[in-house]
Amino acid sequence: MTEMTYADAAILALRQEMQRDRRVWALGEDIGLEGGIAGQYRGLQKEFGPQRIVDTPISESTMMGAAVGAAVCGTRPVVELRYADFGMCATDEIVNQAAKIRYMFNGQARVPLVARQAIGIRKGIAAQHSQSTEAWWVHVPGLVVVAPSTPSDNHGLLKAAIRSEDPVMYLEHKELWPIRGEVDPDGGPIEIGAAETVTNGNDITIVTWSSMRYGCFDAVRKLQEIDVYAELIDLRTLWPWDRKRVFESVGRTGRLLIVHEAVRVGGFGAEIAAEVGETCWRSLRAPIRRIAGPRSPVPYSQPLEDLFRISPSQISTTAAEMVRNAA
Amino acid sequence: MQEPSGSVQHSSASEMSAPRSNDVSRIFEMFRTMHLIRAFDHAAGRAWHEGRVRGSVHQYVGEEAIAVGVCANLRRVDYLASYHRGHGHAIAKGAAVTSMMKELFGRADGTCGGKGGSMHIADFSVGMIGANGVVADGVTIAVGAAHAVKLLGEDKIVAAFFGDGAINRGPLMEAFNWSVVYDLPVLFVCEDNGYAATVRTASVTGGPGIVARARSFGLRAETVDGSDVIAVDKVAEKLIAHVRARKGPALMHATAYRWYGHYAHDKNLYRDPAELARSRAEDPIVRCSKWLAENGVSPEELKSVELQAESTIESAVTAADAAPWPSALAAFADVQDAGAT
Repeated sequence: MTEMTYADAAILALRQEMQRDRRVWALGEDIGLEGGIAGQYRGLQKEFGPQRIVDTPISESTMMGAAVGAAVCGTRPVVELRYADFGMCATDEIVNQAAKIRYMFNGQARVPLVARQAIGIRKGIAAQHSQSTEAWWVHVPGLVVVAPSTPSDNHGLLKAAIRSEDPVMYLEHKELWPIRGEVDPDGGPIEIGAAETVTNGNDITIVTWSSMRYGCFDAVRKLQEIDVYAELIDLRTLWPWDRKRVFESVGRTGRLLIVHEAVRVGGFGAEIAAEVGETCWRSLRAPIRRIAGPRSPVPYSQPLEDLFRISPSQISTTAAEMVRNAA
Repeated sequence: MQEPSGSVQHSSASEMSAPRSNDVSRIFEMFRTMHLIRAFDHAAGRAWHEGRVRGSVHQYVGEEAIAVGVCANLRRVDYLASYHRGHGHAIAKGAAVTSMMKELFGRADGTCGGKGGSMHIADFSVGMIGANGVVADGVTIAVGAAHAVKLLGEDKIVAAFFGDGAINRGPLMEAFNWSVVYDLPVLFVCEDNGYAATVRTASVTGGPGIVARARSFGLRAETVDGSDVIAVDKVAEKLIAHVRARKGPALMHATAYRWYGHYAHDKNLYRDPAELARSRAEDPIVRCSKWLAENGVSPEELKSVELQAESTIESAVTAADAAPWPSALAAFADVQDAGAT
């Protein structure tokens, strides 16, 4: 095992996949000379050259359209969209082309591309650079949606995304770039659709993903101090999501709290709540609850932005209430 | 300076260009393919009006010379990306008309298993990588196909067809730029019938038009009379040789007339009757048949090509009508591997 950052884990994964398969290449803004806005492509252009690590014009539509064309014609492009917010400039190409080509053409072609796009609130970058868009993509048939939270997951899941025969929306969280963790450099791809149980517990199930894993983890520690034992599940991939693991856990705990940074209304937590409600209702001992973002753009000013951040104490307080008030 | 889109006048209307060679058989073959496309789209329109074909059908009648003249210069392995008015491109690239008709009829053994329909026909076995329901999207896909060709060190080229309605979409401008920046082997073909659906393109287009726009990005660009298959063949030969020699991307701007409405349910009422009459006078098939007659092809031979095309398409319609519907399982197949429901 080697300790490295979340950003470096992605570099390692891409490097290994590019060494393994000459059809893999990356294109996007600022990935060559600059090495990515968070250094998440550092050194790769030097190693693989400007033909395979391609600095592009600010042309998101064509970046994504070209990736679709290059994917159906035998290559495996990784597209860097910088911010998920800019992914909207390529939404047509993602939704109408990448996601549907396999289906419309009856399987004659596959679209093995990865669209990397950074989500989440970070240090005052405000309304047009802070959104978490996972629920938008989950709604589109044909797309795989991945949101890694640890360096190890960013390594294994990026590998899996690159090897996927279907288009993958790969959502890295901006606040996670510098975090460090153990990575097995020889580790292979992580199965898409497999969640990770971060802590075991029988009192309540907490389901989360991406950066909220860390706030939830702190909340679980606080809960242990009052003898509440929470099972924390990091979904890691949102489509497909690990229903089986969540259903099994809720079947045991009878309580489900879902935590995500994205807007609560129409968020992916609503889908999980509905599925669990439909499937596990006999086991439920308390209403399912969600802690998620307000339906508002993310503001710039620090005290205002802080209102949009979910704190560990908010999570632990809600979880404790659910356990205390349960039937 | 180029004329605005849709207003290029043909100085030699109804006269054909001198052919690139005295190869009558080559032009005869192109004549045959034009007839096949026309018969297909007439039959598709009829079937739509009879309620046997659903959705939207965009007929290519009147514009056949462009697909045929360009594709006569492509190889099977070359790629072609098309748009909503795409039947002619698929046929000219070599797709089987019976499978295509079955696709329009929504049948299991259609080109795309009945799941795409008229606007989403692709036949990868002949390099036809897709019609497209979103204006200009096929062009961004085409430059990506060309990007793949370059990365993989292949000697293919890519032809990207679009209508004049696409010239005001941003992604087209992005794709022009992209093709020049990465020096990609792509031929853009603007089929200019003067209308963006029902709006006169010239009335919504600033500046001197698509050729000037293309040239401003550094593309080699030429206008051709798209009702003259011999002229299209010659310009395509020249531009494709340029692209194939990796001298850079190019654009062909082909003027043409769309005989019918934007789609089969458009009654074409906004068109000037004089312009519609002119579209018939410029019929690329009539013009080609005159040339062939002057070059020794008998009227009987010319007529038999037309009859043969109609008979082939009639058989395709009969086969499509009798073909099996897709199984219900097909509705949910090929969505995705991980996460299929």
